[in-house]
Amino acid sequence: MKANCWMGRNKVEVQEVPDPSLLNSRDAIVKITSTAICGSDLHLLDGYVPTMQKGDVMGHEFMGEVAEVGTGVAKDKLRPGDRVVVPFPIACGACLACRAQRYSCCDNSNPNAGLAEKMYGHPVAGIFGYSHLTGGFAGGQAQFARVPFADVGPLKIESDLADEQVLFLSDILPTGYMGAEMCDIEAGDVVAVWGAGPVGQFAMDSARVLGAAKVIAIDKEPYRLGLAERAGHTPLNFEEVDVRSALLELTGGRGPDNCIDAVGMEAVHGSSHLHAYDRIKQATRLETDRPYALRQAIMSCRSGGVVSVIGVYGGFIDKFPAGAWMNRAITLRTGQCHVQRYMKPLLNRIERGEIDPTRIITHRIPLDEAPHGYDIFKNKQDNCEKVVLKT
Amino acid sequence: MATQLRGLTNARARSIANQSHDRQHTTTQPSDDPLTRALGWASLGLGIPQLAAPGWFARFLGVGDGPRQRLATTVVGVRELAAAFGLLTRPAAGWLWARVAGDAMDLTLLGRALKNHDGRGRQRTVAATAAVVGITVVDLYAALTRSWKEQAVELTATTTVVSSPQEAYGFWRQLENLPTFMAHLEEVHQTGDRTSHWRVREPLGGVVEWDAEITLEIPGERISWKSTPNAAIPSEGTVRFVPAPGNRGTEIHVAMTYEMPAGKLGETVARFFGEEPHQQLDDDLRRLKQVLETGEVVRSEGAPGGKRARREFPQHPARPLTREEMEEEVYA
Repeated sequence: MKANCWMGRNKVEVQEVPDPSLLNSRDAIVKITSTAICGSDLHLLDGYVPTMQKGDVMGHEFMGEVAEVGTGVAKDKLRPGDRVVVPFPIACGACLACRAQRYSCCDNSNPNAGLAEKMYGHPVAGIFGYSHLTGGFAGGQAQFARVPFADVGPLKIESDLADEQVLFLSDILPTGYMGAEMCDIEAGDVVAVWGAGPVGQFAMDSARVLGAAKVIAIDKEPYRLGLAERAGHTPLNFEEVDVRSALLELTGGRGPDNCIDAVGMEAVHGSSHLHAYDRIKQATRLETDRPYALRQAIMSCRSGGVVSVIGVYGGFIDKFPAGAWMNRAITLRTGQCHVQRYMKPLLNRIERGEIDPTRIITHRIPLDEAPHGYDIFKNKQDNCEKVVLKT
Repeated sequence: MATQLRGLTNARARSIANQSHDRQHTTTQPSDDPLTRALGWASLGLGIPQLAAPGWFARFLGVGDGPRQRLATTVVGVRELAAAFGLLTRPAAGWLWARVAGDAMDLTLLGRALKNHDGRGRQRTVAATAAVVGITVVDLYAALTRSWKEQAVELTATTTVVSSPQEAYGFWRQLENLPTFMAHLEEVHQTGDRTSHWRVREPLGGVVEWDAEITLEIPGERISWKSTPNAAIPSEGTVRFVPAPGNRGTEIHVAMTYEMPAGKLGETVARFFGEEPHQQLDDDLRRLKQVLETGEVVRSEGAPGGKRARREFPQHPARPLTREEMEEEVYA
């Protein structure tokens, strides 16, 4: 089959690889119909996530049709021919974390848990196509994928919704939604979202669905801010205005009640010397992540508010504003999304027309052209917001 | 410290011993060792005259008694007294290796003395060199054999599984189940009510077999076992099953001791081949948790071998396996 493979820093290649096989009894093989490139794939592309290996199949946002199931999958759970969306974290459904619906912290799904434990103190769940730290699972930017614990994760789509309406249930829609949910939004809240990429857009839509009075989109790309504005959110270009002052202006001096960091470790900043400071520290490995959005979110958030982090961090950061965080009673909440928890309720919201996931898609290209998709997405060319790959 | 750490963890395997390699100890103390003591006294016997009368000592060796020779003799004397002090009061293999290093230094000095010799007392220098060569052989022998000594390795690890203590106990007590999650264990079969036969694959490929006996069993609570006296790798251990608070399942606590073949040296060699005993036991318990909670050991394209997956990185790329790789890694 064809698969998009990581071939080193800044290099992905569509290659011919073997078809996947069942490795565990609760596996399924899914014939992929639609898959997508995620912002976090760019962190892998750029080489900021350790333990990638040459030849790893990329991709953790995919859906398709079940082609084969293992002997351990009950017939009432899943059978060949079912149309499914696959959540990106792999979760066993049985451990304490899964029972508490903390699926992205599953104790059992990462065969390289020892490695993750060394890096993060405790292990993290397995994730498709997302380095060996998260298990070394082949990803879904391919024609087929093996899906472990197929009786737990995949969501069956029984209605006639198009792929594009449900594909993002695999990651970015639940991730954006969890970012907003963690804010414990109350009526009248103003929510500021750093990053108007796909996850940021869904965090904005979710914040509004959850009752925010005003949602502010912070980015520097006019086309991304335009996308947010057309969806009814308030754009704020950090290259044109001072973010903190602008946020005070927009909130009558109160500051946003809640802030969402949908940027993560490769933030850029309007102030070139500050960006250079973090860029140099990152390049020389004095810090692994550039936390500019996170710092600004903490400094901007009103006292007692929530800063919700869904942008991906991989290692260590520098100059964390602990004083502001502590003295102003700010709550930091974060996590890889517990996708399995949100898929069904969000599917219902899509069916009811409360959220339209298709509004962010700007490019539909064949799997063969995945490297081009990475290129335009990374370099923000051709107004690229979200690339869907068709097999 | 160990207890505190254990108190903090309730969900996953953790080797307490990871933080405390000093828990390993040698089984026989060098203080009881006549050869070590003899070498200590020899150091003392040499060091005293070297310090008290360096000129006389240097002349005795036939190397002359100029200021440089006296200084060298004094330095060697200080070294000998330090070695004597160490070997007689705090005996450890390190002091024996210090003596070997001292011997190398002496041979270098004597070699230079022979090369630049003015001829007077040359025979005495030759005799002294021969004596030092003899002592070096003894020191080297002592250092090697005393560091090679077998060591008892103590390991502890713990995990929490979603099951009742009775279920977890029952799974473990069925000793044939142990190889499903213990990496090196090839096979266990029960030979009697309390006796069993174990077969283990060593890091370097050899196979070790022994018999073990259950010394204590309290259903749902605890199993203790011990290898029979003729075992090649003497070992013993206890596994306890403790209800976790608030319906969090069962805590499984394992403590085991075994004689590491070839002691520290063996451990270093094993580590070079990617085998770290604490990590091994942690990973074993992680897999036990997988088996009890999900039914089997989880595999990925990167780690397709299940319990036989050794290396965490680099491993097989995260891409599907070829037919041949499947035969070798998965079906084998």
